[in-house]
Amino acid sequence: MDLTLFMYLIPSLIMFGCGVYGFITRKNMIAIMISLELMLNSVDINFVVFNRYLFPGQMDGMFFSLFAIAIAAAETALALAIIINVFRIAKNVDINQITKLKF
Amino acid sequence: MESVGNLILYFIVAIAIIVFSVLTVTTRKILRSATYLLFVLFATAIIYFQMDYQFLGAVQIAVYAGGILVLFVFAIMLTQRPGEDAAPLSSHKRWLGLSAALAGVAVCGYALFSYADFGGRLLSSGVDVTMDKIGHFLLSTDKFGYLLPFEAISVLLLACIIGGVVIARRR
Repeated sequence: MDLTLFMYLIPSLIMFGCGVYGFITRKNMIAIMISLELMLNSVDINFVVFNRYLFPGQMDGMFFSLFAIAIAAAETALALAIIINVFRIAKNVDINQITKLKF
Repeated sequence: MESVGNLILYFIVAIAIIVFSVLTVTTRKILRSATYLLFVLFATAIIYFQMDYQFLGAVQIAVYAGGILVLFVFAIMLTQRPGEDAAPLSSHKRWLGLSAALAGVAVCGYALFSYADFGGRLLSSGVDVTMDKIGHFLLSTDKFGYLLPFEAISVLLLACIIGGVVIARRR
């Protein structure tokens, strides 16, 4: 039995599906961010695996993942700062309770 | 033919990824959800090590598992009361989420299995991604150089630091 490209893409696909499910069903803002991290992580796996299997001489997919990880870190830091600020004002991080910005 | 150890490692990692991603989005306690996310990130790092990208695996562990997860745990500690569960889902919402996720997975899986003829490709050996190679590519302006994104990322991180300070500052 050999490890083919599909065998790495399938866990990544399931991880992305879980991220979509969590993003839609969760009501806590931090839980939504965690689902977002799942989706970003599965995309990183895809970049790396495609690069390694299809173009083993190049490193473009690896650098894409590297930059994606850096951007994800920056984005998470800012989003959590916003969430903590919202909590300070509204005493809540439930997206159903925070409705003042809705028109 | 793959070595037996590699196969066993692959199956452990794949099952861990699948089980812990499902648990991450279905558990009711948010701190547990963050912990399961940590396990998923570690399994991803093992995949990177298996692909011979040691630097990327180290970055995954250091930045994701070491940095982002700690940030998540801090935010959870600051905003949640201990022992508080998430409210149970309404069946309408769960149905909507399940159908969206399953539709996405079905479309992507169908596309993978019907259009991709590269899926049976095997891992070619003998790729060594050394640290000096990575550094050379990151700081070169040649055809496969990444100096411009590298500088853009540094500006982005600076903007992120300033934005974090401005947002979180007490008025």
